[in-house]
Amino acid sequence: MIKSRSSLIFAWALLVPAILYILVIVAWPLVETVRLSFTDASLRKVTNYVGWRNYEKIFNETFLTVITRTFTWTFFSVLLKMVIGTFGAVLLNAAVPGRHLFRILTMPPWIVPMAIGIFMWGWMYNGQFGMISGLLQRFGLVDGPVAFLAYGETAYWATIVTDVWIGVPLVTIYFLAAIQAIPKDLYEAAWTDGASRWTRFRRITLPLMAPAIITMSMLSLIATFNSFDIIWILTQGGPSGQTTTMIIDTYQTAIGSKKYGEGAARAVVICIFLSIFCIAYFRVTRRLAAAEKA
Amino acid sequence: MAIRSRDTRAMIDRYRPWEVVLIYLGIFAFLFFLLAPFIEGFLVSLKPLSQLFSSPYRFWPENGSFEAYRTMWISVPGFGRYIFNSFLISTVATCVVLILVVPAAYAFARFDYKGMGFVLAGFLAVSMFSGAVLLIPLFRLMRTLGLLNTYFAMIVPGVAFLIPSAIWLLRTYMMRIPTELNEAAYMDGASQFYTFRRVILPIARPGIVVVAITTFIGAYAQQFIFALTFNSKTEYMPLPVGLFAYFGKQDVIWNELMAASFVGIAPALIIIFFLQRYLVGGLTAGAVKQ
Repeated sequence: MIKSRSSLIFAWALLVPAILYILVIVAWPLVETVRLSFTDASLRKVTNYVGWRNYEKIFNETFLTVITRTFTWTFFSVLLKMVIGTFGAVLLNAAVPGRHLFRILTMPPWIVPMAIGIFMWGWMYNGQFGMISGLLQRFGLVDGPVAFLAYGETAYWATIVTDVWIGVPLVTIYFLAAIQAIPKDLYEAAWTDGASRWTRFRRITLPLMAPAIITMSMLSLIATFNSFDIIWILTQGGPSGQTTTMIIDTYQTAIGSKKYGEGAARAVVICIFLSIFCIAYFRVTRRLAAAEKA
Repeated sequence: MAIRSRDTRAMIDRYRPWEVVLIYLGIFAFLFFLLAPFIEGFLVSLKPLSQLFSSPYRFWPENGSFEAYRTMWISVPGFGRYIFNSFLISTVATCVVLILVVPAAYAFARFDYKGMGFVLAGFLAVSMFSGAVLLIPLFRLMRTLGLLNTYFAMIVPGVAFLIPSAIWLLRTYMMRIPTELNEAAYMDGASQFYTFRRVILPIARPGIVVVAITTFIGAYAQQFIFALTFNSKTEYMPLPVGLFAYFGKQDVIWNELMAASFVGIAPALIIIFFLQRYLVGGLTAGAVKQ
């Protein structure tokens, strides 16, 4: 490539608009969030710096419960996405008639507007008239109607299932691409040596798609940690706060109660966790790329 | 040798009958999980309201009709407007994303000056943060600029979160354009800008189209939190928030909500069926952002 002073200027000139946009809409608000977290900002005109008071205020038992809940919620959701995604990718990779159609049919939950998919789940979870409760009763698995979103325990799992439902298509298609990139000779060699289908899956497919699983589970971790729409539409964090994750908690404090300062402190805590995940993601992907080259 | 290896492959892919049955059962269970809400939603949209609220639960609609698809226009007066808003917001957002991303992706694909790797990592890091953590300053920013309750309040923040995956996807595409083209243009005395506009852009057009489509889908699918927070005017609401606000107010008329939802997702479904071959590649490359 021709290197010159003018091409250096040209290259940066191409980048400037996008960089400026991100600086104004993402970077500056990020800094501003940190600043606001040390103030008592609200709808009032005057704001005062209050030092660490917001942080002292939020670190109580409720907030620690919310953090724990966010982590378990995210953990189960990511775990299920990976398991179901692997299951789906292996099945869709099988050479059976109709597989192209099946691949297309996995995509709707991911492509349609998220909120609308969630409305449909809202109906499915309805105790009196919804499909899940209806079918469970029909098959005699439960005695009466189960209003999934009305009880903490079931609402917690119901929101996880919906989150998994939205996340699975991308995971499946990503894993499918990873499986298809595995050299076919390996399977032929193993087949010649008499390895069974299960052995081939365990000894070839699984180890070779491990980098894809690691990458995807970290991306999924970050996306799931940020999940807002699902819980907000289905339960708004209820019943009695039992599906309140950190994002929902921040939204309720900042936008619901207009306590910008306290909300910002919560957002900062979220950002710290996200930064840790983000750094971990970059380090892991760099190591995976290096391992691939070696 | 080639023939033998093809034989082996055919043998490997040959399943015993019970294996085929198991594979299909697995695939159907998997697809049932993914499609059940749509099936149920569609059946609900066909059921008359009286049957909907009767127990015991019935899966199939009795004397079902498309009545709800007609009545929803009357009971959700803004419905046409919501769909129009959704399209308008997604279209403008896509255009802004392309204007910002096409030059940036080219810079990342072609040049490797000091600091650019860091900037690229910075862009990718943006996709790791959701809009939710930035809501407070963004809200104040929008209020100061007088953009609250306008289309811009939903477009401007939305664009920022569509940029990272668009850059990543288009950069991957542009890296495949041979550098010899740049060198040849340079030999002919073309300026950098001329080369970009007259040589690179025409060749990159298919890639730009894919990025435009995936960005549009992203913009269409993710209109919720900004629209919920930065806009309270009914006439500017995109479809998801419009339906959420309307049906949140009173006893939900479920068959109409489902009918409206189906009309709302129809564009996305049509796009999948016609463009799925391009989308699968495009969307997985853009997997940096989920």
